[in-house]
Amino acid sequence: MKTRKLLLTFNKNSVEKPIVYHLVKDFDLIINLYRARITAEEQGSMILDVTGSEKNIADGIAFIEKEGVSIDDAQKSFRWDEQICTSCGNCLTHCPVDALHIENKKTMKVVFEPDLCIDCLGCIDNCPYGACQSIFQE
Amino acid sequence: MKTYDEINEKIASKKAVVLTAAEIIDYVDKKGVEKAAQEVDVVTTATFGPMCSSGCFINFGHSNPKIRITEAWIDDVLAYSGIAAVDLFIGATQLRHNDPANLDYPGEFRFGGGHVIEKLIAGEELQLFALSYGTDEYPRREIRTTFTINDLNQAIMVNPRNCYQNYNVAVNASNKPIYTYMGKLKPNMGNISYSSAGQLSPLLNDPFYKTIGIGTSVWLAGAHGHVYAEGTQHTSDVVRGINGVPEEGAGTLALTGDMKEMDAEFIRGVSLKGYGVSMAVGVGIPIPILNEEILKFTTIADRDIKAPVIDYSYDYPNKTGKTLATVTYEELKSGTVNILGKEIESSSMSSYEKALTIAGILKAEIEDGKFYLAKPFKKLPENQKMKSLSVKD
Repeated sequence: MKTRKLLLTFNKNSVEKPIVYHLVKDFDLIINLYRARITAEEQGSMILDVTGSEKNIADGIAFIEKEGVSIDDAQKSFRWDEQICTSCGNCLTHCPVDALHIENKKTMKVVFEPDLCIDCLGCIDNCPYGACQSIFQE
Repeated sequence: MKTYDEINEKIASKKAVVLTAAEIIDYVDKKGVEKAAQEVDVVTTATFGPMCSSGCFINFGHSNPKIRITEAWIDDVLAYSGIAAVDLFIGATQLRHNDPANLDYPGEFRFGGGHVIEKLIAGEELQLFALSYGTDEYPRREIRTTFTINDLNQAIMVNPRNCYQNYNVAVNASNKPIYTYMGKLKPNMGNISYSSAGQLSPLLNDPFYKTIGIGTSVWLAGAHGHVYAEGTQHTSDVVRGINGVPEEGAGTLALTGDMKEMDAEFIRGVSLKGYGVSMAVGVGIPIPILNEEILKFTTIADRDIKAPVIDYSYDYPNKTGKTLATVTYEELKSGTVNILGKEIESSSMSSYEKALTIAGILKAEIEDGKFYLAKPFKKLPENQKMKSLSVKD
């Protein structure tokens, strides 16, 4: 069993397609859906984990792409800008999964682990410097 | 025993022995106070965090025809013009014109004086819009133009209160979230927020102001500035613990420096949701090791520095004076603290990482003979109490 985090981007033609239903039913994938959004321009974004055999994940991804939905690396939905971050750490208590964390207590430098991020957006409002951004923020 | 002059001579010949306030702790543990006091010339301290009482004076030079500015906005942020014709003061917490503030609570407060100052130092272009009523010798009544820091005659940072000696630790004991200058505080003491560089912080390493006084040279965001006065709200008559280190706010410094020498990495505009805008300031202050006593003060460690935990939902706004508990910076930096039997996740508004960087830069500048010490010509006030404002009926 493998897990991959995917960012799906739907265009006007694909936005109404029931992609998640087919991933579960046809490819036996376990879905953990973090966030989905459709804009007024009828464009959609969805961030989800898919868990299953390597083959099923590959087939599922091929299916998604065939349906006209584009796939991006998950971390592109959320961006932490190391250059802007001052490592104050104000985000730490607002990150429920410790994706933003301090590795070395001697330096107290804040680091970001994209695989842990669940796109809750809790850090975005709580960064005084605007170092955290997401395509899902209003 | 060493003198300022002797240490400055060693700096000039690039022979000064300099350690950061973090390094000195283990060094003295190993070598002992007596030996270390002979060897070490300077300990560098530093801090980086939002310091609201900050701002700058700028001078534009005269346009043709001349204007005597009576109202001014820089990138739509109001600047104070109640001084000479083309002098302005930009304050860190001034909010951009038309910002909805907390009308849509909690507001975002995206841009203000601190951001303007950061842009200036970064060399970016800004817009000046100014008005006047016009006089015989200053006939122009309106001006709109763009400028960068290089077009200004002077851009001098003047911060009435920086480097709070110690600071409150904030929690929210109410049952709804609150938005403060210490960040968002979750209900029922769901998180705890502190703001100090702890063992690196300047005035915690010189608790009785024996070397940091008026005239002391400081590293202000890269510029070589100085302490020009006691900071506003400077309070030295406070509860003190180990080494005489205050267990509450206490002393403060008023700092100034030339913005044309500054690095925008260490002056940053700050947006605090539901609270407002501010500016983070990076400061480094060298402590000359004149004798063993001064060295001993610099060996203070996070485990020995205590700070008061205050409920920002009730006790802070209502000035009850109540402290829920006392915690050390070692506990706070560990990520969780135990308050009244409850494990609470902790985080900081002040950046220890940036403070460490600054202490290292200042150390390198002193070692390279680029930064010299200045003997203060006046001590900061001792045994000074804090006054309150009484509201008269």
